[in-house]
Amino acid sequence: MDARLTTPLTTNRRHSRSGSGWIVSAAIIAVLVLLPVFALALQAIQGSAGLWSHLLVTTLPTALADTLILLCGVGLLVAILGTGAAWLVTAYDFPGRRILEWALILPLAVPTYIIAYAYLDILHPIGVVQGAIRWLFGYSSPREFRLPDIRNMTGCIILLGFVLYPYVYIPTRALFLMQSSSLIEAARTLGVSRRHIFWRVALPLARPAIAVGVSLALMEALNDIGASEFLGIRTLTVSIYTTWITRADLPGASQIALSLLFIVVALVAMERWARREQRYSISAQRSRISEPLKVTSRQGLIFFCIGSIPVLIGFVFPAIYLATEAWRRFQFAGLSPRFLIEAANTVVFAFTATIVTVGLGVLLAYVARLRPGPASAWFFRLATIGYAAPGTVIAIGVLILLAGLDQFINRNAIAWFGVSTGLLFMGSGAALIYAYATRFLAISAGGMDAGLTRIPLSFDHASRTLGQSASGTFRHVHLPLSKAALTAAALLVFVDCVKELPATLLLRPLNFETFATHLYGEAARGTYEEASIAALAIVVIGILPVILLSKIGRRA
Amino acid sequence: MQWQQTETNEMNMQKPEHQAAILQLDTVSRRFGAVDALKDISLTIQASEIICLAGHSGCGKSSLLRIIAGVDSPDSGVLLMQGEEIAGPQRFVEPEMRKIGFVFQDYALFPHLTAEQNILFGLKALPKQQALKRAQEVIEHVGIASLITRYPHMLSGGEQQRVALARALAPSPDILLMDEPFSSLDSGLRQKVRNDTFGLLRELGTTVIMVTHDPEEALSTGDRIILMRQGRIVQSGTGYELHDAPNSPYAADFFGDFNKVPGIYRNGHIETAIGTYACTASVNDGTAVTAYLRPQAISVSTDQSQLRGKIANRIFLGDTEQIMVNVEGLTEPLHVKTFDRLPGTADHIGLTVKAEGLLVFPAL
Repeated sequence: MDARLTTPLTTNRRHSRSGSGWIVSAAIIAVLVLLPVFALALQAIQGSAGLWSHLLVTTLPTALADTLILLCGVGLLVAILGTGAAWLVTAYDFPGRRILEWALILPLAVPTYIIAYAYLDILHPIGVVQGAIRWLFGYSSPREFRLPDIRNMTGCIILLGFVLYPYVYIPTRALFLMQSSSLIEAARTLGVSRRHIFWRVALPLARPAIAVGVSLALMEALNDIGASEFLGIRTLTVSIYTTWITRADLPGASQIALSLLFIVVALVAMERWARREQRYSISAQRSRISEPLKVTSRQGLIFFCIGSIPVLIGFVFPAIYLATEAWRRFQFAGLSPRFLIEAANTVVFAFTATIVTVGLGVLLAYVARLRPGPASAWFFRLATIGYAAPGTVIAIGVLILLAGLDQFINRNAIAWFGVSTGLLFMGSGAALIYAYATRFLAISAGGMDAGLTRIPLSFDHASRTLGQSASGTFRHVHLPLSKAALTAAALLVFVDCVKELPATLLLRPLNFETFATHLYGEAARGTYEEASIAALAIVVIGILPVILLSKIGRRA
Repeated sequence: MQWQQTETNEMNMQKPEHQAAILQLDTVSRRFGAVDALKDISLTIQASEIICLAGHSGCGKSSLLRIIAGVDSPDSGVLLMQGEEIAGPQRFVEPEMRKIGFVFQDYALFPHLTAEQNILFGLKALPKQQALKRAQEVIEHVGIASLITRYPHMLSGGEQQRVALARALAPSPDILLMDEPFSSLDSGLRQKVRNDTFGLLRELGTTVIMVTHDPEEALSTGDRIILMRQGRIVQSGTGYELHDAPNSPYAADFFGDFNKVPGIYRNGHIETAIGTYACTASVNDGTAVTAYLRPQAISVSTDQSQLRGKIANRIFLGDTEQIMVNVEGLTEPLHVKTFDRLPGTADHIGLTVKAEGLLVFPAL
């Protein structure tokens, strides 16, 4: 017995049966993410049966039809713009190609509600463009000449298409870049002309990448609330919002939200399918990268002009507009204290949400590495499903959950201690952080996972056998080695939180404004006071991840 | 008298402890899906032993190493280290608590740390001064004083290997595990690094379990070789035992090249197309068997032997020459290795078979 006690191993020895704590924490995260959806479904079912039939004849048919038309239109437009732009900059070499390559990503910095906001003013009957046209042709009033109004479905599709096409452009360009030249050469020797290469080889191979891009763009389009509302389109998302805000009808809102979720499920299925297909379409051995074809300078100029159109419409015009408007406003009134408070609100909330989201994402990705297996893989998948759900759906779910919890706590506090706790979660903005984290967890977890995959598993084992615990290994090995991936993920989450509108609108504490909600408020009222400065601030912050993306694109 | 008795008692109590192996495995199994990576592995390893786990890739040797290290856990079975359970139904000791060192195939040197910081990584439990002192000791032992400020990407393969060894040895592990530690070195360097490494490890009296797929490496370094196949131990013993007396065709093929000649076993002899030879085999008389003949057990001559064959191919290897000879009655040519130089014009040659090293296994 004594001998046993003196062996070095018995002293200071920690042991655990299975280390299930890690898995349990991943399970908790997954449950927290799914809880709002369950609450939503429960609320929708509890709503009176009569409500369903009422919805079926009133709101739903138009909202559903509008949503589907919008999705089809935007899907088609982003597919054409994104694929065309990607082919242009990968297949042809012309002056300015390098600039276009990254400039084509810029519209990503402009949220949908800002592009609608900007063009409503730019193309206003008494705005810059129409004024210039009338002056040019000698018309005196808008009654004599006006461009077609953009406040309709076509306008909405075009505007959304021109800011969302980068979702298709980025993966498709990456795929075109990876196609080995031997494929194209083989096609040429088999009698396909250069002109037909695109249709016969490149496009079929890029189909999965395009599908991934389109599904992501459509998720964004579904999430949009500002653009559709400003332009007068009553999509499902807008209906949810108005049902709750103007009629305070939570069961009704949740029922519409539930039907919206079915569209989301279809989009996720499409994305998953496309990603699976994509794995096969990229050849494992890429001998030589296909060289872009040099074109004449005349052709080159035409190509450059064509390639610039999406950048001009999706980024340059609105950016110039916002910059001049913001400057004018700034000279006129400076920065109001109200604006500074909004800036602080925006940054503090986005920052807090980023910390929470990145923390949870890191934990999730690390559990998947530490305890590989079907359980952790499922928790990872479930916990990161939020990216597909529109902000309104998540917000309504969180609202049901936390408002109920608030009431419960308040009631009990009064009954037991005689004090009112008020709205603990809703009032403090914790609900907003919850919604942000649910929606953007995929970005942080996915980013961290990608960073971790690059670290060989033998590093983990080396560290463990050298006396570090699992968490110590994370601190001393994984964290320093995945700093870049983590920073990139944090930046993306932060910017998305700044840009997020629908959930912020629904869940912000009373009298609490961020850049996005302020902009929405003024645009909805038709006033354009300080909103241009807020909009410009959002776009400038939005450019940060675009720079990052363009760097990654160049390396690949 | 009483005093003596006490001592005997103590002796008796300590004896099993003292003699107890440093590591014991009892029916350890591990499954991945439908595949048995390890199946009922039982094994006892004594202190200061150098063990080679040998086998082709996928035989389970690396899985076994990972389970001993604690970075994976067995589905069933028990692991005891110095008589204490470290993995089994009762408890699981995390790898950081096992005092087991690991040298990885890719060395797994942390790229964000210098060689010295890598070595200090495992010495966190010690006070700073002691840790530095211990690191210094190991650095001198392994002879890498000139490398300590460099980052892993600035080191050659051989240098990385030595830093990895120093890092694993620094915390004075009770057992050192090595997973193909020399396989990423080129063959010229490999032998020297291997000799240096094991010279040091023997000097330190370290218990080593090394995984290798290289039969020569296993034969030349292990006190004991454990040959594995499909998650099971095929045979274990010294290099001589495994090479000279393999217990199965798999073991024979792993450590040597053989001519396989079909025959019938009768009365302690094997009857084949190239003659009848005395042998021992645990099969019934009249059973179809296969004789395993080493190429160097067949000698060739130009004079008229009883057994003759036609040369099919000659491969000149320098010191030796490999000759393939077609012999009447055999479907495959015999491989012969000879130091004697045959005339270039030779076309039929005589063969003499030495029966001593002959192995006999039941025909497949």
